[in-house]
Amino acid sequence: MENYRRVVVTGMGAISPVGKGVEENWKNLVDGVNGIDKITLFDTSDFKAKLDGEVKDFNPRDYMDKSDVLKSDRYAQFAIAAASEAVGMSGIIGNVDPERLAVYFGTGIGGMATFVKEHNTLIKRGPTRVSPFFVPMMIANMASGMISIRYNAQGPSMPAVTACASGTNAIGEAMRLIRHGYADAVITGGSEAAICECGVAGFINMQALSTADDRNSASLPFDRRRSGFVIAEGGAALILEEYEHAKKRNAKIYAELVGYGSTCDAYHITAPRSDAEGARRAMSQALSEANYDKEDSVYINAHGTGTPLNDKTETLAIKHALGEEEAKKAIISSTKSMTGHMLGAAGALEAIVSIKVLESGIIPPTINLLEHDEECDLDYAPLKAVKRDITLSLSNSLGFGGHNGCLAFRRI
Amino acid sequence: MDEKTIFDAIKETVIERTDANEDDIKMESTFRELGIDSLDTVELLMNLEDKLDVTIEVDRKLETVKDLVDFIAAL
Repeated sequence: MENYRRVVVTGMGAISPVGKGVEENWKNLVDGVNGIDKITLFDTSDFKAKLDGEVKDFNPRDYMDKSDVLKSDRYAQFAIAAASEAVGMSGIIGNVDPERLAVYFGTGIGGMATFVKEHNTLIKRGPTRVSPFFVPMMIANMASGMISIRYNAQGPSMPAVTACASGTNAIGEAMRLIRHGYADAVITGGSEAAICECGVAGFINMQALSTADDRNSASLPFDRRRSGFVIAEGGAALILEEYEHAKKRNAKIYAELVGYGSTCDAYHITAPRSDAEGARRAMSQALSEANYDKEDSVYINAHGTGTPLNDKTETLAIKHALGEEEAKKAIISSTKSMTGHMLGAAGALEAIVSIKVLESGIIPPTINLLEHDEECDLDYAPLKAVKRDITLSLSNSLGFGGHNGCLAFRRI
Repeated sequence: MDEKTIFDAIKETVIERTDANEDDIKMESTFRELGIDSLDTVELLMNLEDKLDVTIEVDRKLETVKDLVDFIAAL
């Protein structure tokens, strides 16, 4: 990729079930803190799944004025919370031409809870009572729109809406914007807030969710006992910046985004291809752009949802992408064992984890991984964080619709 | 309905929806000054309908708090 402009990370922000802010998230992920607990956002009496990963004590007023809080869905509020931390950390505002500042921010769904609430209003009180903010609150591009407004980012502004790959696709597409000269910096990432009755009921009936009662045996990536994911919420943001632009303003550079792969299984609306070729090709593209070498010490933040199919298929994809021997040498973890599955925000938080791994040489664990599965036979950093110097850090995301995304980071 | 009841309901609603202080909201205040745009006005009127138990169908431009007080008082 020598002919393209280089893309680096100059800011990060995160809000998740394990913490507010990048530092708290990272500390808790390294310590193996489990962010999963009982659903408090609605009454689960009639629901088979009763656990989730909620952002605890979230007060949108910490990030936005009252008027904006009242006209934004929780998913957009998480996006603003994450973006404001990342923007603050980067110092980019005032140091970039507003027309060269873009926003690509993903969400799997958008404002589902707003949709349900206003539909209930329609049924109970009639069409004159549906909020004028229903549409702008619910639409999946509004997180991007609101971030652009807040930071006067007048370049391209779009969401990526590729289910659980949304965060990763947003970041990857943002990288291409900079590479190909359409922007000098991009506020990118993903957010999600789909923990509402209708969302959870839909996922339960897809048989996608774990119905475990015990918070320590619900999100079980790569474990033989795994039976579905635990739905979670939150937001995470990165500031991507063209390398020379960042250097010129003496910005702190956290990592270089050196590769991106994006493919589709073109196979089934929810199930992955059994030969894992879609995911494998996404990984291979990212590895190729990153000039992967067998000498590399590789970390992979797996998609690792804890569904029976995902984890064994993803394991196969990793083996096919790296080769069996190299796959066995790589260290992998699923931080979803601690956060649950933040859907469209997952890839963005996991990109941050991948960067922190490079920076610190610490691999956050896959907690509660106790029972070996012969179809998941790689090193998933079970139970406790381990130290290892990593030269190439990957983050996989695989979404309903067959969307596969992979990001590759290196130290600079 | 008397003007004070209407004014107080408007003031309460504006405070619920914005960061405006009670003292900022006067009869001559424009909605624009209070940070209320046209979409906000629609929601504000819905809230007022509930508070005052009236149906408000605005057929003219209401720029100030007084415009709205007068409009509702005349219903």
